[in-house]
Amino acid sequence: MKPTNEAKLTFLSRSANEGFARTAAACFAAQLDPTLDEVNDIKTAVSEAVTNCIVHAYPERLGMVSMRLRLFEDNTLEIVIKDSGVGIPDVERARKPLYTTGGDDRSGMGFTIMESFMDTLKVRSVPGKGTTVTMRRQVSRRLNA
Amino acid sequence: MPVDCLEMGQTLTARIAGEVDHHAARDLMARLGREIDAALPQKLELDLGSVSFMDSSGIAVVLRSWKRMEQLGGSVSLRKVPPQCAKVLRAAGVDKLIPFVD
Repeated sequence: MKPTNEAKLTFLSRSANEGFARTAAACFAAQLDPTLDEVNDIKTAVSEAVTNCIVHAYPERLGMVSMRLRLFEDNTLEIVIKDSGVGIPDVERARKPLYTTGGDDRSGMGFTIMESFMDTLKVRSVPGKGTTVTMRRQVSRRLNA
Repeated sequence: MPVDCLEMGQTLTARIAGEVDHHAARDLMARLGREIDAALPQKLELDLGSVSFMDSSGIAVVLRSWKRMEQLGGSVSLRKVPPQCAKVLRAAGVDKLIPFVD
């Protein structure tokens, strides 16, 4: 399936960009006329993915994070968030609820929330090379008022 | 991140406003920790009515305060939880630990 629209953003792994990234994703998704709940789910999932890049991918330095947003004819939004950081040695374990290497400051719920708030979540990671998270969410079609 | 604290008898109410994400969480945790340690309340009420966004960083903030209150032998309640925050907190089962009240 070919995308009907596409946007790409690249930004530094500063925590101030968490709000920027989720708001940008919400603005792009607005084309699909999502409900408030749908927008909130998308914002929350993006916030989790970008926070992972900032906290885990680049623990000791700043690096670049990219976010690609694509829309498809069936009203699906695809979000790909990619870093070139340290990678995740055991993705299956990292995706488990409450698992975190971030200590007391983190809840270990990031991937669980991405998984439950979006329709699909794919995580590909190569230690030393980086991580790519792909999420999809089909937005409901609303009847015109 | 704006936090308004009000002490009434043994109850400390902390009204949190704005977006609770990783960017805001560290300061917020520290602030709440200081307020709890200064007031040593029996009850902590976290008023989330003005929180416009929360991600899993907020779960850690709430649980940190809850743990501190457990150590003090006190209790925590969450007030005016907006739907988006409720969904995030419920994903971690926070509602089974801490009552949501209006």
